[in-house]
Amino acid sequence: MRHLLSTRDLSRDEAVGILDVTEDMAEVNAREVKKLPTLRGKTVVNLFFEDSTRTRISFEAAAKRLSADVITFSAKGSSVSKGESLKDTAQTLAAIGADAVVIRHASSGAPAVLASSDWIDAAVVNAGDGTHEHPTQALLDAFTIRRRLHGDASRGRDLDGVRVTIVGDILHSRVARSNVWLLTTLGARVTLVAPGTLLPFGVGGWPVDVHHDLDAALAEGPEVVMMLRIQSERMHAAYFPTAREYAREWGLTDDRLARLAPGTLIMHPGPMNRGLEISATAADSPASTVLDQVANGVSTRMAVLYLALAGAEGAGA
Amino acid sequence: MTETTLIRGASLAGGERADLLLRDGVIAEVGTGLSAAGATEVDAAGLVALPGLVDLHTHLREPGFEQSETVLTGSRAAASGGYTAVFAMANTSPVADTAGVVEQVQALGQQHGYVTVRPIGAVTVGLQGTQLSEIGAMAGSRARVTVFSDDGVCVSDPLLMRRALEYVATFDGVIAQHAQDPRLTEGAQMNEGELSGVLGLAGWPAVAEESIIARDVLLAEHVGARLHVCHVSTAGSVDVIRWAKARGIRVTAEATPHHLLLTEQLVAGHGDGHGHGADAAQHRAYDSRFKVNPPLRRAEDVAALRAAVADGTIDIIATDHAPHPVEAKECAWDEAANGMVGLESALSVVQAALVDSGAIGFADVARLMSSAPAAIGRLDGYDAPLAAGGPANVTLYDPAVSRAFGTADLHGKSVNSPYLGRTLPGRVVATFFEGRPTVVDGVLREPEEVSRG
Repeated sequence: MRHLLSTRDLSRDEAVGILDVTEDMAEVNAREVKKLPTLRGKTVVNLFFEDSTRTRISFEAAAKRLSADVITFSAKGSSVSKGESLKDTAQTLAAIGADAVVIRHASSGAPAVLASSDWIDAAVVNAGDGTHEHPTQALLDAFTIRRRLHGDASRGRDLDGVRVTIVGDILHSRVARSNVWLLTTLGARVTLVAPGTLLPFGVGGWPVDVHHDLDAALAEGPEVVMMLRIQSERMHAAYFPTAREYAREWGLTDDRLARLAPGTLIMHPGPMNRGLEISATAADSPASTVLDQVANGVSTRMAVLYLALAGAEGAGA
Repeated sequence: MTETTLIRGASLAGGERADLLLRDGVIAEVGTGLSAAGATEVDAAGLVALPGLVDLHTHLREPGFEQSETVLTGSRAAASGGYTAVFAMANTSPVADTAGVVEQVQALGQQHGYVTVRPIGAVTVGLQGTQLSEIGAMAGSRARVTVFSDDGVCVSDPLLMRRALEYVATFDGVIAQHAQDPRLTEGAQMNEGELSGVLGLAGWPAVAEESIIARDVLLAEHVGARLHVCHVSTAGSVDVIRWAKARGIRVTAEATPHHLLLTEQLVAGHGDGHGHGADAAQHRAYDSRFKVNPPLRRAEDVAALRAAVADGTIDIIATDHAPHPVEAKECAWDEAANGMVGLESALSVVQAALVDSGAIGFADVARLMSSAPAAIGRLDGYDAPLAAGGPANVTLYDPAVSRAFGTADLHGKSVNSPYLGRTLPGRVVATFFEGRPTVVDGVLREPEEVSRG
C-alpha cells in the first residue's frame, strides 16, 4: 500500500488484510510494553490543517508505538494559517525528510492532490479531507464490528451479511462515505437514515438502502447502529428546523434504545452530542462501542502506517 | 498598409477550392487562377479558409491582473488560435465600468495589432449588482461598447436585471448574462450529481443555471430587449432556450468548447469517453485544471449541447478563455481558481467535438465562431465571410493533422489548459488580421512585427 486516500480504492482482500494486521497491532497494544521497533528511523509527519485532537493523538500514539519519529504540524499558529500553500508546506516536509504524511485538511481531495503531486515523495495517509473521506475511521469501525461479532475468530473474515444502519448528517460526513464504501466492500448491507436535506444528491446511485424513518429502519433489526455527529451550525442553514425536532426524529433516544434487539452495537465516531443524536444512556450502555473505537483506532493506524512504510517486506496487503 | 498576399487553393467552407487575394487590408478578389505581381504567395492546398474568428467571451485580465494575462499576451493567444477579434470581459481591476477603462483596453488592443479588442462593459458598478454602471458613456466612447456583462457574477436581482435589459436596449446593446443563482450555488465546486456526493465536493446544480435563464428570457420578452446567455452548460438550459426561441424571444446563447468536449468525470480522474486515443483516459483526481464555472457537466449535457449547436439553438461558440497563474491552480480543489485558457485550442476542440462526428461542417464553424458572434456584438466586417470587398480577416486551418497539445501550443501568459497531454485534431496554419499576417506557417509573429504602436 503506497498511500491510503480512500476506502473506495480498497478491494475486499486488501481490506481484510489491513484488518488482520490491525489484529496483530491490537495484540501489541494488549502487552505491557506497547512498542515495536518496526519504523525506527522513519519520520511520520502529522499535518493537521484542521483541528482534530482525537485523530491527531491517535495517529501520534500509533506512530510512536511503531518507534517512528513523529512531527506534528498543526495549522493553528503556524505558517499554514498565515497563508502558506499546501505545495510549500509539502515541499518543506519533503526537505525535512518525511517518510509518511498523515494529512487532515478541510478541502476534499487535498490528500489526493498531495499524493499525486511531485512536491513530496512520502506515503500519504488521509486523516480526513473535507466532506470526502476518513478511511482510517472506517477501518477502525469495521475492525470494531468484526471483533464484537467474531471475537478471536475474526482473522481472515469479512462482514458478509452484517446489517449496518448509519444515521444522521450523511451529506457532510466523510466518516459515512468511507464506511459506505468499506463496509459494502466487506459484504455488509448498509442503510442510511437521514432527512432529505442531509443526504447527498445522487445517493440513489450508492450501493445502500436509504430511509427517512429511523423507527422503520431500526425495526428491521440491524446488527449495528452508527450515529453521526450533528453540527449545530447545520440547523441555522435550514437543514432541519430545531435540535429538538432532530433529536425526536433521528436521535437514538432512550425509547429507541429500549427497542433495539439485544446485542445490537451502538457506534459513534465522536465527539458525541449527548442528548442530540444520542442519549446519554445509549452512549454509556454496554452496547456502545465508543471507547472500543478509540482503542481500536490506535491499532488501525499502526497497521496503516506499517503497511504504508514497511508493508512491502511485511505481511498483509 | 501595402501588403499583398495571394492565398492559393484553399478550401472554402462550402468545400470548393479558391484563391484569395488580400490587398490593402481587404479581400480584393476571390476566384480561381488569380495572380498578382509582388504578392506573397501562400500555398493553401489542403487548408480550410475560414473568416477570422471572433470570440465573444475572453478574459484579457488587463488592467489589474497582469500576472495572468495582458491585452498583448491574450491577443497573441487569440491570433494563434485563428482569432481576429475578441470581446474582453469586464472583470478587470478596476472593473470596466467606465469609459476610461474600456477606452484603455480598446486602445491597447489596437496598438498591439494582433486582433480587434472590443471591451465588454460591466452591467453594474464594480460588478456589485446594485447600481447600473455608465452604460451610455461606454457605448458612446471610442471603445463603442455594445456588450454588457457582469460575467463571473450573475445579475441575480430581478428588478436590476429588468432595468439593465431596458437600459442597454436603449443603446442597441445586449446583456450577456452569467446565469447562476447565487444562493443555490453557495460554495459550489462541481456539477451536482452522484459524483459530487462521492467526491465530497459541494454541488453546483443545473437548476441554478436553468432557473436564471428561464427568468431572464421572460424578462427579455416582457421588455422587448435582447439577451445573450453566456456559457450554457446543461441540457435543461438548452430546453429553456429552445422554448424561448420558438416563442420569438430575442435570446442568443453560447457554448464553450470545453463544455462541448469534457465531462465531470475528469474531476474524479476518469476519462470522459470523448478523448482521442488512450492519452485522454487517465488523469489524477481533483486535478484543478478541470475546475471551471459553470462546471463540467454530465455526458448527457455534453450531448444536448452538441445537438443544440447543430440545430441552431445555441448560436455561437465562445471560449471563456480564463487565464490564471500557476499558483492559483497548484492547490486543493476548493482553493483553486475557476477557469481554463481556451483561445489556442478552441478550433481544434470544436473539430473534435462537432466536425469530426459530422454534426456540423466548416461553414457552420464559420457562422458559430465568426459571423454570429460578430452580429451579436455588432462588430462590422464579419457579415459576409470571405467575400470580396470585405476586410481581410482570414484563418487558414489544417484539419488533417493531429497534435499532442502541449504548453508550446499556448501563447498567453498562463498554462491552465485542460487539454495538455491530450491529442487534438487540426492546427491553425495562418491568421491574417486586416490583411496582415499574425500567424505564418503555424508560427505566431513577434510583437514588433505586428505592432501598430
